[in-house]
Amino acid sequence: MIAAAAVVLVVSMAMVLVRALRGPTLYDRILAANHMGSSAVLLIAVYGFFDGRPEFLDIALAYALINFIATIAVLKYFAYGDLGAAGVREERNDA
Amino acid sequence: MSTWHLINAGLLGFMVAVAIAVAALRNLFAAVMLFAIYSLSAATLFVALDAVDVAFTEAAVGAGISSILMLATLAATDGREKQHRHRRALPLVLCLALAVVLFAGLHDLAPVGDPAAPAHVHVAPRYLSETATEVGVPNVVTAVLASYRGYDTLGEAVVIFTAGLGVTALLGGHFRRRRSGKNGDV
Repeated sequence: MIAAAAVVLVVSMAMVLVRALRGPTLYDRILAANHMGSSAVLLIAVYGFFDGRPEFLDIALAYALINFIATIAVLKYFAYGDLGAAGVREERNDA
Repeated sequence: MSTWHLINAGLLGFMVAVAIAVAALRNLFAAVMLFAIYSLSAATLFVALDAVDVAFTEAAVGAGISSILMLATLAATDGREKQHRHRRALPLVLCLALAVVLFAGLHDLAPVGDPAAPAHVHVAPRYLSETATEVGVPNVVTAVLASYRGYDTLGEAVVIFTAGLGVTALLGGHFRRRRSGKNGDV
């Protein structure tokens, strides 16, 4: 049962990968990278339960955080054209 | 068990497909996204191979920090790769030769998890038995990293410090220049 869930996850990763490789717009690729991270988190959790070591859940949680930070960085790059120098710039101007 | 072999093979197939796509793409931003996907596949594969610490490093450095650093570099440059003028036959031949050598070396590797592998019978038993008396640290991995291989770890720290200095010098200077430029100095 758990192995079947893992297989389904890998198939879903394959479909996401197709979107990342073909994706006409950049937003398709951002979404694909984010979804790939989520699938990796789920796959690690499933693997932990399959292997009898559910403490792998902690690793999955850490991956989820890394995935979130990376997506935030990518979207900031799109919104500001660079990586968050905007806030620093405003503080410098005030001082 | 064969299901997991199949899944490992699938993850490896993902990595090959992504690597080929990165080599073919001209859009550098898409390449950065594909690199993140590559690192995530590699990290998942490392977890499935019981190398959890390596997987952590791969996910944090490969998918997290590297993507952010490459995006910062893209913010400083153009988003498209220039067309290459030189011929590509020599790099292809070199890579294929290296692949042949690596695959030839695969036959000498011990099976995964073999307790009689050379790596497990050389110094590991001494680390396991003598750490408590020689170092006095409860965690054997910590003892190996910080005491038995302390000079090695110091060298790694120097390498990482140098890399951090280089990145700061390259990217930090650019953003300062552009900031002052936007304030009206230029």
